[in-house]
Amino acid sequence: MQLINPDLHVDFLGKRKIAMMLSAAMIILSLGLIIGKGLNFGIDFTGGTLVEVQFKEAPAVAEIRKALKPAGYEQAIIQEFGAPEEILIRVQNQDTSEAAKISTDILDALATGFGAEAVEMRRVEFVGPQVGEELTQAGIMAVLFAMVAILIYVTFRFKLRFAIGADAALLHDVTILVGVFALTGKEFSLPVVAAILTVIGYSLNDTIVVFDRIRENFAFNRKKKNPDNEVDVVNGSINQTLGRTLMTSVTTLLVVAALFLFGGEVIHDFAFALIVGILVGTYSSIYIASPVMLALEGRFGSSDEEMDELEARP
Amino acid sequence: MQAYPRWKLWLILIVLVVSAMGTLPNMTTPPSWWPSAVSQPLNLGLDLKGGIHLVLDVDVDKAVERNVEEDTDTVRRVLRENKILYRQIDAKGTTLSIKIKNSSDWAAAEKLLKEALTGYTISGQNDSFALTITESEAKEIKKFAVDQSIEVIRNRIDALGTTEPVIVKQGERRILVQIPGYEDSARAKSLIGRTAQLEFKLVDEKGDLDKALAGRIPMGDIIVYGKAEKRGDQMVRQPYLLKKRTELSGSEVSDARVSIDSRYNEYAVTLKFNNKGARKFDKLTEAHVGERFAIILEGVIQSAPVIRERISGGTAQITGSFTSQDARDLAIVLRAGALPAPVEVVEERSIGPSLGQDSVDQGMNSIIYGCIAVLIFMVVYYRLFGLVANVALVFNMLLITGAMSMIGATLTLPGMAGIVLTIGMAVDANVLIFERIREEIRLGKTRLAAIDGGYDKALSTIVDANITTLIAALVLFQFGSGPVKGFAVTLSVGIIASMFTAIMVTRAIVAHTVEKGSNNKELSI
Repeated sequence: MQLINPDLHVDFLGKRKIAMMLSAAMIILSLGLIIGKGLNFGIDFTGGTLVEVQFKEAPAVAEIRKALKPAGYEQAIIQEFGAPEEILIRVQNQDTSEAAKISTDILDALATGFGAEAVEMRRVEFVGPQVGEELTQAGIMAVLFAMVAILIYVTFRFKLRFAIGADAALLHDVTILVGVFALTGKEFSLPVVAAILTVIGYSLNDTIVVFDRIRENFAFNRKKKNPDNEVDVVNGSINQTLGRTLMTSVTTLLVVAALFLFGGEVIHDFAFALIVGILVGTYSSIYIASPVMLALEGRFGSSDEEMDELEARP
Repeated sequence: MQAYPRWKLWLILIVLVVSAMGTLPNMTTPPSWWPSAVSQPLNLGLDLKGGIHLVLDVDVDKAVERNVEEDTDTVRRVLRENKILYRQIDAKGTTLSIKIKNSSDWAAAEKLLKEALTGYTISGQNDSFALTITESEAKEIKKFAVDQSIEVIRNRIDALGTTEPVIVKQGERRILVQIPGYEDSARAKSLIGRTAQLEFKLVDEKGDLDKALAGRIPMGDIIVYGKAEKRGDQMVRQPYLLKKRTELSGSEVSDARVSIDSRYNEYAVTLKFNNKGARKFDKLTEAHVGERFAIILEGVIQSAPVIRERISGGTAQITGSFTSQDARDLAIVLRAGALPAPVEVVEERSIGPSLGQDSVDQGMNSIIYGCIAVLIFMVVYYRLFGLVANVALVFNMLLITGAMSMIGATLTLPGMAGIVLTIGMAVDANVLIFERIREEIRLGKTRLAAIDGGYDKALSTIVDANITTLIAALVLFQFGSGPVKGFAVTLSVGIIASMFTAIMVTRAIVAHTVEKGSNNKELSI
C-alpha cells in the first residue's frame, strides 16, 4: 500500500508565494489574537489556586457559588471538567500571606454546603505569585534555548541558511500554535509549553529529513553535466520525502489522537496542542523551511564554496 | 549483502535479556532470589499515586535577623561579666548597635566584642559600636536554617506515619515535600507551616497596660496579644504587657504529649523540659511566685497562668480550648522542634487517590490504543516489513520500561504521554528506511542492494532527526518541573531506544529473513 504515488510530482515550490502569503496571514492573525484577545493563562503562570472536586451528583453552578459565599469566594471561576460531576474551581491569588490556605477554605466551604460525603477532593494546585513568575520565565527561556541550540546544531551539521530556514519554520509553528490557543481560549498551562517544545522537536525532525535529502541531491546535482537549478532540486527532494513525511505524521497523529480521546481531561489540552502542532509542523517543513532556505541562497558566502563544504560533511 | 555481524546479534540479545529483566518486576512479583538491585518496579509519580506535593520557601533573611537578635544576649553577658556599663543594646536587621556608658571603656569593649562575636565586622567611635554580620556568616546561617528546617519538617511528617515521604532541598532556600498516599492537604500544610516558636515570658505586673497601649511602653517591655475570643458580638484579643526577655523557649523542651487538663476537663499539651530548661524553670518559678508568666506560641499568648508555687519537676502545661486534633498536632510540632525561620507554601500540587488511579487507567488506555493503531497501520502499509517494524516497536516498549525501571526513573502522567508519543515517532526511523528501500527498488536495484542502500542512506537522516528531538527533550528536562520532567525523561529514553531498535534490531531481522529467501522474490514492502 502506498499513500503517495512515487511518480507524483507536485510543484510545491511553484506555489511557495501562495503558501508564504497564507503563512504570513496566519502569523499576523495569530499575533493579533495573542495581543488583542490574549491567552487564557493557567495558574502555572498567573499564580492562584485550582481545586478539582468530584460530586456524588452533578451540582448546579449556582449552588456551588452559594456554598462558597460564606468563605468569600463567590467570585471564583467555576466550570465543568470533563463530566458534569467534575467541577473545577479557580481563584486568583489574594494579597494575603495565607494564599496557600485558599484551597482548604474552598474544600471546607463545599463540605459544609453539600455535606462532607458528597464532595471528593480530586486535585489541588496552588502556585504562589513568585513561582508563577519563575515558571513563566523558565517557559520562555526553554523555548528560546531550544531554538538557539537547534540553530547551532543545524548550522554545524548543514549550513547557516539551512539553520535559519529550520528556525523560521519553528517560529512559524510556535506562533500559530500559540495563536490557536488564543483563538480557542483553551488554558495555556505548563504542559502546553512542554507540548510546544515537543512540537519544536517534531517539526524539526521533519525539516531535517527534507534538508538531508536536499543536501544529498545538491551534491548529486553538482556532479551532473547540466545541473538543474536549485529550486527544482529542492522541489524534487520534497517530493521524494513526501511519502515519509506524511507517513510519520499519520502514525504520530494516530497515537496523539489516542491520547486526546482516552488520555483523560488532565492532558486533554496537552494532546490538543500536539495535534495542532503536528499538522502545522508537517506543513511548515514543506512550505516554510525550504523556501526560506532557498531565499537565503548566497547570503552567507558564495554558493560553490558552500557546496564543497557541505559535501565534505558526513 | 554481507552476513550480519555476529557481535551485533549478541549485543541485541544482551539488550533484550537485560530489558526483559528490567521490565519483569512491573509484571509480576519476582521470585525471592531475584536480584532486587537489578531493577525495581517503576516509581509512580505523585500525579499517578495520589498524594501531597508542596514547595516551601524558607524565609532565610528572618533566620539571620533572629540570629542577630539572639546575639544581643551574648553582648549583654560579655559586657556584664567584664563590668563594662552599657546604655543600650539593639538589634536591627543584620546590625547590632551598642552604646556604652564611659567612652574610656571603648578599647576594652571593642576587644571583648571582637573575641565574642567573630562573625561580625565592628565599627564605631566614642561610646558606640555598630556590628554588622558578615556575608559569609549570613550565608552560613541561611544554609543552616534550610537544613535544619528540613530536619524539623521530616520529624513532623514522620509523625503522620506515612510511607516514604520525600523532603529535599530545592535550590538555595526552597524545600520540596512529597507525601505519597496522603490526602489531608490542610492538615499537612498546617503541620508543616507552623514555626512552633514557643516562648515563656514574664508578665510585667508593675507596668501600666493602658499607658503602654497609648504608646508609652516601659523600657524592656513589649505588648503581646492573646488569642481571638468572642466577647458579646465582637472578636477581641486580650493585650498583655510582658517583659521583653525570653525566659525559656521551645529549644529547652525535650518532650510534648497530649494530656487532659483536670480542672476544665479539656485537651492540653504537657511539656517536659530538658535538664537546663528544668533548672531555669525551677529558678523562674521560685523567684516570681504570685506573678504571671505568659506562654507564647507563634507570637500569640496561649495562656498566662499565675505562678502559685515553685515548680521543680520540669514540666509545664499548655491549655487553650484545644480539640483533640489541635492538641495532637501541637504536641507533634513541639516535639519536632521549632523551625529556625518562617516557611511559606509557595506551590502545591496535590492529587486525590481516585484521580491518580483514573490517570493510570487513562494513560494505559492511550498507550494500548495508540500502540494497536500503529501496529495495524504498519502491517497494512508495509506488509512483511511492517511486521518487522512492529517487532521492533514491541522490543522498543520493553526497552523503555526496562531502562526506566533500572535507572529508577519516575513515571508521571505526562511521562505516559511521552511513551505514547514515542510509539508514534519510533516507527519513524523504520518509515525512513522502508521508504528509502522502496525508492532503491524503483531505481531498479536488486532486493539485497536495495535493503543495504536503504539502511545506509537513511542512517545519517535518522541520527540528525533524532538528535534534534533529543535537544528539545533535554531542554525540557533542564527547565521543566515535576511531571513535565517525567515527560522529558520518557521522551529521551524513547528516542534513544527507538534508534537502537530501528537501526540494529530491524536490520538484524531483515538480514536474517532475506538471507534465507531467494534473490528473485519480490520484497514484501
